[in-house]
Amino acid sequence: MRALSKTVTILVFVFLYIPMLVLIVASFNTGTDMVVIKGYTLANYNALFQDGVLLPLLLNSIIISVIAALVSTVLGTAATLGIHRMGKRMRRFAMFLTNIPLTNPEIVTGVSLALLFAFAGQLMKIKTILGFGTLLIAHITFNLPYVILSVQPKLTQMDPNLTAAAMDLGCTPVQAFFKVVLHEILPGVISGALMAFTMSLDDFVISYFVYGPGFVTLPVEIYNYTKKPLHPKIYALFTLLFLAILLVMLLMNILQARDTARHPGSPAAAPKKRRKLDTRRTES
Amino acid sequence: MKRQFLSGPYLVWMLVFTIIPLAIVVYYAFTDSITGAFTLENMGAMGTYFPIFLRSIWLAVVSALICLVLGYPVAWCIAQEKPSAQRFLYMLVMLPMCISFLLRTLAWVSLLEDTGIINRLLGAIGIGPLPLVRNDGAVILGMVYNYLPYMIMPLYTVIMKIDHRLVEAAQDLGCDSGQVFLRVTLPLSVPGIVSGITMVFVPAVSTFYISQKLGGTTSTMIGDVIESQFKTAYNPNLGAALSLVLMVLVLACVAVMNRFTGEDESVATI
Repeated sequence: MRALSKTVTILVFVFLYIPMLVLIVASFNTGTDMVVIKGYTLANYNALFQDGVLLPLLLNSIIISVIAALVSTVLGTAATLGIHRMGKRMRRFAMFLTNIPLTNPEIVTGVSLALLFAFAGQLMKIKTILGFGTLLIAHITFNLPYVILSVQPKLTQMDPNLTAAAMDLGCTPVQAFFKVVLHEILPGVISGALMAFTMSLDDFVISYFVYGPGFVTLPVEIYNYTKKPLHPKIYALFTLLFLAILLVMLLMNILQARDTARHPGSPAAAPKKRRKLDTRRTES
Repeated sequence: MKRQFLSGPYLVWMLVFTIIPLAIVVYYAFTDSITGAFTLENMGAMGTYFPIFLRSIWLAVVSALICLVLGYPVAWCIAQEKPSAQRFLYMLVMLPMCISFLLRTLAWVSLLEDTGIINRLLGAIGIGPLPLVRNDGAVILGMVYNYLPYMIMPLYTVIMKIDHRLVEAAQDLGCDSGQVFLRVTLPLSVPGIVSGITMVFVPAVSTFYISQKLGGTTSTMIGDVIESQFKTAYNPNLGAALSLVLMVLVLACVAVMNRFTGEDESVATI
């Protein structure tokens, strides 16, 4: 039983990483094919840094992800504070709204936003409404639920007397928030922001329906590229991105390990990226 | 309490950017593309797409079940490790998802092609070339590959939380390891199984890239049809009708799946 599970696990990890290996090897290939290895070179990396298109696209992706993550974190954290104080019925309604983008297939979210923007464009008589603004709106919309779901558990765990104590000691409600509540929920806020950032950076399906020619992100343009044979400098870009993400994740891992070592009582920090689909979430 | 109003901007945002767009989808689904008049024509066309819907559901269900069979042992093995090793392995499961899924799918194409890596290895030992790509099997492989982490995550969370004393109690009462699994571990991981299956099924049934690259001419999925209505065929009304049916279908599936976990038990993924 145990041996079988171990074997399956090892095979699954091999399965998960084989395509990555193919991409990484292809990035050093002198030929343009992903499969036929002609020789090893760094020319693709050189071409990547000479290329004036891919890096600006990556920058576009990063710009939109940072702004979308910031806005959705602020909006989402405020919303969670509000939802926390709501009556049962209002809270149920708010959580219902939160669950819609999580449960809907991405393509439906993309299509519905595309139709909304087309409709708004007609109303405002603007021909090219699609662009940075529409992309940002879409990203904030699909990020918000992730922020809320990651802040909410921290807020429920918090001792409600803390706020009262702070106010007894002379804090205004705003001061109580910044000095006490924010400190308590900060891990949730940060993990929500990180999740939002990675969701935005990766997103292809929704962006594909709401992007305009004026502002294109990397995943969308990659899709347009994949209709033709790819230049291996794209593999070089993704090898570098892979290494960067690996580094960030390892760093977070070490920080978490330290954090748990320092507070042995606290439950192991919850894993980060997760989708949630049940529609009837109840307070625990 | 005043603090409730902090959620005001959020509620307005979600109304404007999720509820109203969905209302517009419904509006488009029931209007004519040229005159804008009410029509049932788009919904009537659904009959033509019925086989595609059916195939999408079939491929997604098969993928979700394969993900379950592959993902369960992985989640279980990770949960048996020391906490630090658990975090590291969990990170390894998530890491591939951070890399463009378009490129990873393309990498599979180059692995599976007639002149691809696998067929050349097989050719070296005198087999093949096997038709590994451009069929439904390749589409399922692509979906399993892309969505397997979504299965492992909730399973791991649930298995990790199982009280080990229950396992020990079962062993004390004479269960062998197979019985412990069937009578204790498996029943307790049902919430994770349910949420894993939903988390794989929903993106798999609506995918539109994997089938274009890995599938053959007959493996068109409903996502491909919707995409083409918006991007090449320019019939947003038909596209909206298809999206509406897809959405209702997915919501129905999620609702049915949630039944399995009981009325007030939250599915164990936060």
